[in-house]
Amino acid sequence: MNYNMEKDTTNIQAKGFKKSKNGTERKAVIRIKNVIKSFGDNHVLNGFNMVLYEGENLVVMGKSGSGKSVMIKCLVGLMAPDSGYIEVMGKEISTLNRQTLDELRSEIGFLFQGSALYDSMTVRENLEFPMRRHKEKLGFVQDTTPLVMEALENVGLAHTIDLMPEELSGGMKRRVALARTLILKPKIILYDEPTSGLDPITAKEIIELMRSIQRKYGTSSLIITHDVDCARVISERMILLVDGINYAEGTYAELSASRDPKVEAFFKK
Amino acid sequence: MADSTKTVFAKSKLVGRIKQFFIQIGELSYFAGRFFKEIFTAPFEFKELLRQCYQMGNRSLVLVCMTGFIIGLVLTLQSRPTMIQFGAVSMMPNMVGISIVREIGPVITALICAGRIASGIGAELGSMKVTEQIDAMEVSGTNPFKYLVVTRILATTLMIPILVVFGDLIALFGSALVENLKGQVSFQLYFNTVFDALSFGDLVPATIKSFFFGFVIGLVGCFKGFNSKKGTAGVGIAANTAVVMASLLLFVVDFIAVFISDIFYEL
Repeated sequence: MNYNMEKDTTNIQAKGFKKSKNGTERKAVIRIKNVIKSFGDNHVLNGFNMVLYEGENLVVMGKSGSGKSVMIKCLVGLMAPDSGYIEVMGKEISTLNRQTLDELRSEIGFLFQGSALYDSMTVRENLEFPMRRHKEKLGFVQDTTPLVMEALENVGLAHTIDLMPEELSGGMKRRVALARTLILKPKIILYDEPTSGLDPITAKEIIELMRSIQRKYGTSSLIITHDVDCARVISERMILLVDGINYAEGTYAELSASRDPKVEAFFKK
Repeated sequence: MADSTKTVFAKSKLVGRIKQFFIQIGELSYFAGRFFKEIFTAPFEFKELLRQCYQMGNRSLVLVCMTGFIIGLVLTLQSRPTMIQFGAVSMMPNMVGISIVREIGPVITALICAGRIASGIGAELGSMKVTEQIDAMEVSGTNPFKYLVVTRILATTLMIPILVVFGDLIALFGSALVENLKGQVSFQLYFNTVFDALSFGDLVPATIKSFFFGFVIGLVGCFKGFNSKKGTAGVGIAANTAVVMASLLLFVVDFIAVFISDIFYEL
């Protein structure tokens, strides 16, 4: 386990490669270095560092308002950091023009906290929407129904294809949103509080779904959460975001056994 | 001492409000500039534009026609006794026709649409912003400004003049109905008199200003909705302020339009 008490120290490994359990080298798909983001006097990120490796499930935990969502939005270019370096799949986000950024975004799936389904569109239209600008990636298919059905079958909701989002429950909305992130077959999936607002059983179903998707497509996942159970089940590695920095880093077992008061506070029942 | 503190406080509040007003004008101008920049660059969202035209045109038609009909009826009923007093009742179609086509028709239709369309756009985009749908659109590679804002502003700019034409015709029909019932004037005679009285100079400025009215309604609705803040409460604020700001700007645009057309008349 690593502790990072200083604002500008980094735990990023040299050259962005990491040895996996079976000894093969894993490439870094996301690298964040010393990212700073403030809103007026509110300093949200104070030099945050992070690396996500290929095929890895990384959980970033932090209290509400600790800047987790801000960090994830900076990753996809929805927000610009005040300073720092963000690289996704070898491309530095701040240097990309709109077209290149959009191309890169087709490799990133984003599951929003509140699902963010377009409420004036049916489930089918919601899933077809991301395909409008990325037809070449899908081989210019004319009939999108098989792709939509495949994505919906992955989340067990093929029967909802012609329903409106308002006709779905909270858990179903989250699963449809997950299907929408899968439609472009992304290499990285960013989950923003995937289990928030859900009952424990539905939350468990969503976590199981996330794991099965990761197994099926071999995606790299960055999961932002404050749900300890979710982190325990899904994480290979965890980062604790405290006071805008990556305060501690390690596996769930390492962090949950820590005696550091700030780390302990996360795992107290 | 207390009075001077109150005065200083009131002054700083006033200065703050004036500052805020100019900031809003600046932001609105920047938003309009972005619209003109994005409108000419690909990709073009024709399908969404048609959908918005249908939503705004078709769904406002009944409301605009009903309002127009009542305006025509009331205007004729109210003016008739005075016109009789001056022995000018035969000029009734001319007076009603010109006032409806030049001023009342476009302004009333635009105000109705400001209430219905600007608030609708403000609330819709505001709620999309709050529920992160706009972010989801951005992440999926679609430019939300182009898809949501450009299409809506274009739709209102194109649809308001058409609604104004419908509103004018129905208002004239309402007026003709009163004349037919009270003054035994046939519909044919009434409309012949109206169209004889109307000139090119009445129709063109009214039509041109209707396009500007449509632009203002779409622009303000989108501006307020797209920049909505403070969660769900912000959605209500966006809808409300969209109507207020659009209505106010409509009168400013109307004043400028009348001022300019007056210069041309004098030439």
